[in-house]
Amino acid sequence: MLVSVVVLLPLAVAVLLVAVRTVPERVASWAWVVTSAVDLALVGWMWWRFDPAVDASAPGVAGGVDFDAKVRWIPSVDASYHVGVDGISLPLIAMSGVLFLACAVWSLRERHRPRTYAALFLFLQTACLGTFAALDLILFFVFFDLTIVAMYFVIAGWGHGDRRRSALKFFLYTFVGSLALLVGFIGLFLGSDERTFDMVALASDPPLRDDPVAGGLVLLAVGIGLAVKTPLFPFHTWLPDAHTDAPAAGSAILAGVLLKLGTYGFVRIAMPMLPGAWRDWAVVAVAAGVVSVVWGALVALAQQDFKRMVAYTSVNHMGYVLLGLGAAGLVGHADDAARTVATVGAVVQMVSHGLLTGALFLLAGVLWARGGTHAFGRWGGLARPAPLFAGCLAVAAFGSLGLPGLSAFIAEFQIFTGALQAVPVPTVIAVTGILLTAGLFLLALQRLLTGDTAVPPGVQADVRGDVPVDMRGRELVAVVPLLVLSLVIGVLPWLLLDVVEPAAELVATLLARGTG
Amino acid sequence: MTADVPAVALACLVLLPAVAGPLLLIAGRRADRAAGAMATVVAAVSVALAVAVAVSRPEVSAPFLGTVDGGALALAVDGLSAVLVVTVSVVSLAVVVFAVVDLPPDAARARFFGHLLLFVAAMLATVTATTLPALLLAWEVMGATSYALIGYRWEVPGKLSAGTTAFVTTRAGDLGLYVAAGAVFAGTGTLELSGWAAAGGWQHVAAGAGWQHVAAAGILVAALGKSAQLPFSGWLSAAMEGPSPVSALLHSATMVAAGGYLLLRTMPLLEASGWAATTAAWVGAATALVLGAVACAQTDIKQLLAASTSAQIGFVVLAAGVGAGTGGTGHLVAHAAVKAGLFVAAGAWLTSLGTQQLSGLRGVARRHPGMGVPAAVAALALAGVPPLALWASKDEVLAGAGGGLRVAGLAAAAVSAVYAGRVLGVVFARPAPDAGVARPRRVPGPAVAVAGALAAAAAGLGVLAVPGVAHALEDVVSLGGQPSPGAADLVLSGGLAVAVLAATLAWPEAVARSTRTVLAPWAGLRWLLSPRPVLAAARVAARIDDRVIDRAVLSVPAGLRRLAAGVARADDGGVDRAVRTAAAAIRRAGDAARRPQTGLVHQYYAQAVVGLGVLLVLLLVVR
Repeated sequence: MLVSVVVLLPLAVAVLLVAVRTVPERVASWAWVVTSAVDLALVGWMWWRFDPAVDASAPGVAGGVDFDAKVRWIPSVDASYHVGVDGISLPLIAMSGVLFLACAVWSLRERHRPRTYAALFLFLQTACLGTFAALDLILFFVFFDLTIVAMYFVIAGWGHGDRRRSALKFFLYTFVGSLALLVGFIGLFLGSDERTFDMVALASDPPLRDDPVAGGLVLLAVGIGLAVKTPLFPFHTWLPDAHTDAPAAGSAILAGVLLKLGTYGFVRIAMPMLPGAWRDWAVVAVAAGVVSVVWGALVALAQQDFKRMVAYTSVNHMGYVLLGLGAAGLVGHADDAARTVATVGAVVQMVSHGLLTGALFLLAGVLWARGGTHAFGRWGGLARPAPLFAGCLAVAAFGSLGLPGLSAFIAEFQIFTGALQAVPVPTVIAVTGILLTAGLFLLALQRLLTGDTAVPPGVQADVRGDVPVDMRGRELVAVVPLLVLSLVIGVLPWLLLDVVEPAAELVATLLARGTG
Repeated sequence: MTADVPAVALACLVLLPAVAGPLLLIAGRRADRAAGAMATVVAAVSVALAVAVAVSRPEVSAPFLGTVDGGALALAVDGLSAVLVVTVSVVSLAVVVFAVVDLPPDAARARFFGHLLLFVAAMLATVTATTLPALLLAWEVMGATSYALIGYRWEVPGKLSAGTTAFVTTRAGDLGLYVAAGAVFAGTGTLELSGWAAAGGWQHVAAGAGWQHVAAAGILVAALGKSAQLPFSGWLSAAMEGPSPVSALLHSATMVAAGGYLLLRTMPLLEASGWAATTAAWVGAATALVLGAVACAQTDIKQLLAASTSAQIGFVVLAAGVGAGTGGTGHLVAHAAVKAGLFVAAGAWLTSLGTQQLSGLRGVARRHPGMGVPAAVAALALAGVPPLALWASKDEVLAGAGGGLRVAGLAAAAVSAVYAGRVLGVVFARPAPDAGVARPRRVPGPAVAVAGALAAAAAGLGVLAVPGVAHALEDVVSLGGQPSPGAADLVLSGGLAVAVLAATLAWPEAVARSTRTVLAPWAGLRWLLSPRPVLAAARVAARIDDRVIDRAVLSVPAGLRRLAAGVARADDGGVDRAVRTAAAAIRRAGDAARRPQTGLVHQYYAQAVVGLGVLLVLLLVVR
């Protein structure tokens, strides 16, 4: 029940905002903030009461699920409204709740049709939280596709630049990907003994166990669908365009939450439901991950636009997740402890990337709001007129490049440590990714913050000759908590790991089924 | 967490600067006035705590990574750590006092001391860490804060990019530590920092011995990067862009010392791998020799001291390679005192005279005898002149080395006498009569006091030459026994140092010629760190991303659109035309069918007759 409230509350408010046309625009923006805050408080309550009760005797996703709720929906194909949370989805739901609240605060000053904007984001929030909470493949798919629809309208309606083209590219690319996902889901349904779409049932009795070819093909369909969303090389080129033209809050959600739907799908669907196929093809996941790591970082290094650069670093960071998950599947090559550590690292990376990249995109939004450009060439020496911006950017950049003390280190260290045993050479190649990201973020800091102060022509100096570009109240309220959370995870990681570890261990165990 | 008093002291030793630093950073310029005093107090308390934990040897641990064995943040003080925490905290206090008087009055002191304290906390955690997560955390935070310290004056062009060079280069080495952590975990099933030498320690999995080599390689790379050994030395030259107190701290007891410390700590692992210890020894010797030669060719005193830092840490790396743990530790400590003192002197003169060029420092020691005497003592120690510190510790190191390594070590020792002699020759030269800086600023008293104290330490540590003292250090450090230098060794190296020093002072122009060689621009080592190849690769990748991958993706909808146009054409020209043709044919058939209907009865009869005739013929044919 609690999960359903968390998922559907934003949708209810969104419907209200759309239906009641007399709501003043300012009230609509605040209603969004309040709704997101209440939703986050409920998630907090859920975290507090969370009791996964992992039962080793009954392996399956069910082993770690709490707040389980199931309602009949399409009985003819055994699809139901089935939701619940476990140690992997709960941190992602919490991270999404934080990020949506940050975006709500950020958008308080939105001038372009704020009521519709708020309704759209609340709708998007329901779709995202629903995808994480879904325990039924059809329900998962419906929510998954609704996120694409909502994000299309966010980019097309509130973006800038060539927004309609970018929105269309985003929509078509990820929608085609989701169709591959649907084909895979139907394959899982047809391959299951009981003909069901229920994820708990599918995970406890994996379909297509005796048919490696069919299992491989279903994994291929699911894998391509998720790889587009994640995105992995070479399916990533929708990402920079969508980000460049999306509004700041849209970018933060797109990178922070929507990309996680892809990686989450690997952990939630591909690995437990197709353990044999995942083991057979784990090397492909590792390769895709490592190539994404290096390619994403290299291309990011060459970008001349700050926001585009951050977009490409997402490809890099998601590559680490796939490296960890792939290594977790190489059962014969590594012991359970190492595979668990790699899985834990991958899940932590999802949470960490959401917080840090969300913050980086909002910071890019500061530049856009002042000067209408993210180009490196148009900005310089901002540390002088904008010390708060400089401080936040430096913390976010160092977090993103994996500095210990912030969350990304916890993720990447565990991924590397866990993966090295199974795939030594790819891991060593992937480790160079953190050197490239260090170089590119420090270069970005140098270009934006130091040198002679340069701002685009539109920004007027005030009477004292200062350029008013520094962050203001609501911007700080939106960004600083994200950085503080990253710091908390970096210094006291067990707060998060206590929840993630049992669930990750379960995934690692589920993968080893049928290997004797 | 254990709650006994020594453990709390150890936790506070690290946490006090680790909390005070960020507080200063958050307070920002509001705290500028209080920052110096606060940093001094914190550094002084740290010294007291360091002494306390060096005596009580506590351990403390906090939960960090849960499922992993050895995933906690654990610190402990053993003999080696005890020596280093005291060294680090004492030198830090000296540098803080110097920085308080050396920084310009309007400097952003809160930012400076904030980063400095965080840096010191990281160094203290590095030398006490007992798990790999703790070590890596401290190790990388130290790198990041060194970036901030070197780039402290970011408004000046080039300063921050020097910080970037330092951070990216040392991080390139740090990758080795990440890989080593994974290898230790794979090979031993734990992330503890101890027990690697035990024969059974690496039998966790069948390929344990293989992982041992990976771990040794990773640690070696990490240490060489941090300690600015070959081929990573170039970052140290760039790091001289930082303020003088930063140089005094980074290049004496911390940062570069961390690499040497790590190798001393992991000596059993290096030895067990077979090749790693030999490699470390030779890299150390080569660095001592090459960077020593580079130091001789510098015209800038800070660059000279930087190169000599690399060279002197080379002796520590050499010591770790030959198993001379006591000598290495002694050299690390002695070098910290000597080099911190020299950087304080160089920094004070830079502030006073506005130059760090050797040519501008002619006779400066005569004009500032207060600073000149400590500087002279430190420079003599650097030259290896008896009975000062580096003479003794260097012999402790070389006592463990044999054959070619020993020859290389002695040669490097001779080179150090050359560059130290250059400094001495310049600062005690008779100043040219016209070379008067209008009114040099007075060197502040606390700076003189700090340099004096450090010089006293540099001189006093010469007692290491006394066998009893050396054995006492060996007991404290407890890194295993090692051969002690004989009296003949001490006389030989001391005599060599004095002779070379005298020769350098007698023929300064011979050495000055080296400033026009390839050694002056650091023998191309800075060029080795150029990011250009990577940037070029990045541009190529970006172009491929846009022009090949994205275009391939975009060609799918474009192809679909062309296909649709083709289908539309086929629809118009094929299907639709066929339908229209059929319709036209039917219409024509209809027209033809209307023609016989003339309304004339005789024609109908005629048609009927013809029709019946046709039927008749048909009947006949069919039958």
